[in-house]
Amino acid sequence: MDLTAFLIQVLNGVQYGFLLFLVASGLTLIFGIMGIINLAHGAFFMIGAYLAYSLTALVGNFFIAVVVGLFAMVAIGYLIERFAISFLYRRDHLYQVLLTYGLILVFNELQKIIWGTDFHSVPVPALLAGSVPLGSTQSYPIYRFFISLVCLAIAAGMYLVIARTRLGMMIRAGAWDREVVQTLGINIGRLFAIVFSLGAALAAFAGMIGAPVSSVYPGMGDQVLIISFVVVVIGGIGSVKGAFIGAMLIGLGDTFGKVLVPNLASFVVYALMAAVLLWRPQGLFGRGT
Amino acid sequence: MSAGSGTLRQSRAIAGLLGLAVLGFAIFPWLGGEYYIDLLIKVMILGIFAMSLDLLIGYTGLISFGHAAFFGLTGYVLVMVTPEAGSISVWLALPACLIAAALVAVVIGWMSIRTSGIYFIMLTLALAQMLYYFFNDSTRYGGSDGTFIASRPSVSIGSLRLLDLSDRITLYYVVLASLVGTFVLLLVLLRAPFGQVIQAIRANEARTRALGFAVQNYKLASFVIAGALAGFAGFLEATHTGIISPAHLSWHESGMVMIMVILGGMGTLYGAVLGAFILVFLQEFLQDMTEHWQLAMGLVIIVVVLVLPKGVAGMIKRLESTLGNRHKARVSAVEAGDG
Amino acid sequence: MTAKIYEPMSRRTLLGTAAATAGLATAASIVPFGVAIGAQAKVRIGILLPYSGTYAMLGNAITDGLKLRLAEAGGKLGGRDVEFVIVDSQMSVPKAPQNTQKLIAKEKVDFLVGPVHSGIAAAMAKIVGRAGNPIMIVPNAGSNAVTGPLCASNIFRTSFSNWQPAYPGGKVMADDGHKTAVTIAWKYGAGIQMMAAGKSSFEKAGGKVVKDIQVPFPSVEFQANLSEIAALKPDAVFAFFSGGGAVKFVKDYAAAGLKEKIPLYGPGFLTEGVSMAQGAAAEGIKTTLHYADNLDNAANKAFRAGYKKMYGKEANVFSVQGYDTGSLLLIAMDAVKGDSGAKKAMIAAMEKAKIASPRGDISFSAAHNVVQDIYLRKVVKGHQNLMGVVAKQLADPARGCRLA
Repeated sequence: MDLTAFLIQVLNGVQYGFLLFLVASGLTLIFGIMGIINLAHGAFFMIGAYLAYSLTALVGNFFIAVVVGLFAMVAIGYLIERFAISFLYRRDHLYQVLLTYGLILVFNELQKIIWGTDFHSVPVPALLAGSVPLGSTQSYPIYRFFISLVCLAIAAGMYLVIARTRLGMMIRAGAWDREVVQTLGINIGRLFAIVFSLGAALAAFAGMIGAPVSSVYPGMGDQVLIISFVVVVIGGIGSVKGAFIGAMLIGLGDTFGKVLVPNLASFVVYALMAAVLLWRPQGLFGRGT
Repeated sequence: MSAGSGTLRQSRAIAGLLGLAVLGFAIFPWLGGEYYIDLLIKVMILGIFAMSLDLLIGYTGLISFGHAAFFGLTGYVLVMVTPEAGSISVWLALPACLIAAALVAVVIGWMSIRTSGIYFIMLTLALAQMLYYFFNDSTRYGGSDGTFIASRPSVSIGSLRLLDLSDRITLYYVVLASLVGTFVLLLVLLRAPFGQVIQAIRANEARTRALGFAVQNYKLASFVIAGALAGFAGFLEATHTGIISPAHLSWHESGMVMIMVILGGMGTLYGAVLGAFILVFLQEFLQDMTEHWQLAMGLVIIVVVLVLPKGVAGMIKRLESTLGNRHKARVSAVEAGDG
Repeated sequence: MTAKIYEPMSRRTLLGTAAATAGLATAASIVPFGVAIGAQAKVRIGILLPYSGTYAMLGNAITDGLKLRLAEAGGKLGGRDVEFVIVDSQMSVPKAPQNTQKLIAKEKVDFLVGPVHSGIAAAMAKIVGRAGNPIMIVPNAGSNAVTGPLCASNIFRTSFSNWQPAYPGGKVMADDGHKTAVTIAWKYGAGIQMMAAGKSSFEKAGGKVVKDIQVPFPSVEFQANLSEIAALKPDAVFAFFSGGGAVKFVKDYAAAGLKEKIPLYGPGFLTEGVSMAQGAAAEGIKTTLHYADNLDNAANKAFRAGYKKMYGKEANVFSVQGYDTGSLLLIAMDAVKGDSGAKKAMIAAMEKAKIASPRGDISFSAAHNVVQDIYLRKVVKGHQNLMGVVAKQLADPARGCRLA
């Protein structure tokens, strides 16, 4: 592989990593702060994609559709938290796994009922259509650069919120010790509702901005789910920084794996995970059990 | 009122119910049709699978989200050892499958047990996924389409044919015997010192360690036993259906068997079998009712988690003790001269 | 003094008891009822297709085509009313034996139609391909094995074998002047078999395949492979994907600027039923398949109009496969005047069947696979337009089938 080809593959890996980070960041927040294993996270991703499809068709403008979709998703996330997840805080992880598994079944079927089983597409907004030539044969769509920029902005934004704001302080404290936070008079219930809605919205947002370069179809959340868990576990549960590094690692690993060892490509990702966990069982930036 | 006699009556009542159930299963082939015999074979196999997971979840406190790895693995081992023509002897095939499952369980177990809590769950999931993708991406055994097993293992001594596993009724009784055998084995294991230790680990790991037990070794042993039993269930499943695919190792299967354990009631071996029975028949029932049965299924799971954390077995126990206490109240009322 | 020492039944216990009662009632319902048998009983057609998950669209299209054909025939097969027993296969191979047994042993269907997934087809063929079982018609699964080593006298296929639509594609690429090519497909049965077929005809016509790229199934992250293709600079690319993967691949391919520089070819599934979602990215792509939207025969014109009228949607190749399954069932039942027990006679009639299908004239080979024309199509404004016939009455070689 010559230098240009190598660099292009690095670009591919990084860009895939950005999208993974977006989905995984929500998951790691929910995991880390609330201690909830949310199997329905992939379903949120799928809902985001379908919302992008319907709303863009309805409103005509992709960006407005995304904003509206975000509000919708925050509301949906809040409702799910209040009416299902909140009953599980004091319970074993097992029950969370099962409840959210049940949610997957419910959401998948609801999606079928509401949107049907056809394959759909979301057009790339005209503003961002077009490509930039890279090397002699290949060009890179501007929209993909846009996705990466957005993910970078969100990563920076999340860092700022968590490191510099009161809400971020409460989140970090809640991740460390829930009970102490409660005794300090902070409404942990409200904090959890905010975090869950935020996490769900992040997953949905990833589905929304990814939709124009992907396709919208039943069951699209399943694949995303497992890989985001891998990212979260590698990065360390509760650590957004870890989710970022983990996502990049997986993005690059998957990309180069496909090119260098195509027979073992999927295996590579999990082998990476096993290797990290053997070295540091709590993940790269995790706080330990 | 002594707690001892209460639990003893409970155990006797439950033992009685179980005995009746086994009897029911035993005479069913004379009553039921071909389809339901097949369905019950599936239920019993899943029962063995679920009991093995209950050993981990309900008794050792290890929540493994990758248990289907062992269930599917032995199917593939069976494909590997079964020749194109003729058949392999069960005395070779079964030990091969069990040993393979146990070995993989040692590896996965050793890696996973170094962690606990959420990390344990995720690591078992990921390692199972590795195995899943190993079979999915390989072309050797059909890849994602899976493959079929050319012939069923032969059960014979020398040239004397003992059992014909391709006969449905024979297989039914073999599986029933396996189910009862597994139950008894696990019961004995749990009553033995080994079983007491792993239950102590679940109750309070730190204290058990402080008492001087090598907790990690006990956990690993439990994991390997559970893995081997799940592999046994997988062997029976592959023998029954004659096919294997990577989907048998997927996290969906792992999730399903977990639901069975919870639904039935974890920490009671018979609960796992009950859960398998209920889940399979619930799916049959819902599928016949509506095309949106997955929605109903999801709702049932959610309701069970929220409302019945101890599962149906827990509910039976509560019913049991309610009735038992009422009986006692009446008895003591009579004895006290009232009523 | 009596103290109430029993606890009142809590709400949770009550709900739990209700659930258990429902469960027991379910258990009670396992007592099978006798099925009414009589000459005028309905013909039961069991359908095992995916109605959930990625390929739900195919399951629905095939079912719609089948129902349309039977509706056109007055809703009767051999003079008897038709009843469908539909089971969602969920694309699950572990559940396939149970689902198949449900249709054969519990529902006692007269005919079995399905599946989409080749792994499930193998499982079904293993169970069904024996004397005494219902006739099985495969309306999609292309695995070569179904009319190969797993073939049986009571199994027919109205769709295609993976070899059929892919084989002529290689020669098309060579005829367009391309000397080197890269093949890319998912690494699973259909992908492997189709690529092998296309590669063999391409190389037979003098071309050379410089690399076979196999994407792990069902990954839809193609960027790494697209960059690989760009670096290899072949004359053309031969690709197979279907469903959501096809949408993404074609869009990604165009977005990577490869569409103009390295023409894309492949079996028609690359654009079938998804060209609307692919939009401009699919324009001009040439594919080979056993169907094209604007085939100029009377059957196709009537079929497309009827389909649009009944379902409000455009028909695709999967609808045609379902439609022709209906035609085959009609031929079988008409030959025995509704006596669904006369399997040998039905099979004989089906083997000799010649159907004027929307895809042209079709018949069946000795291995019971459909023999059909393969067309070259080009995507024009979202429609698969006919460019020409690339293979007439192409029969699958049926390697390994004892019937052939």
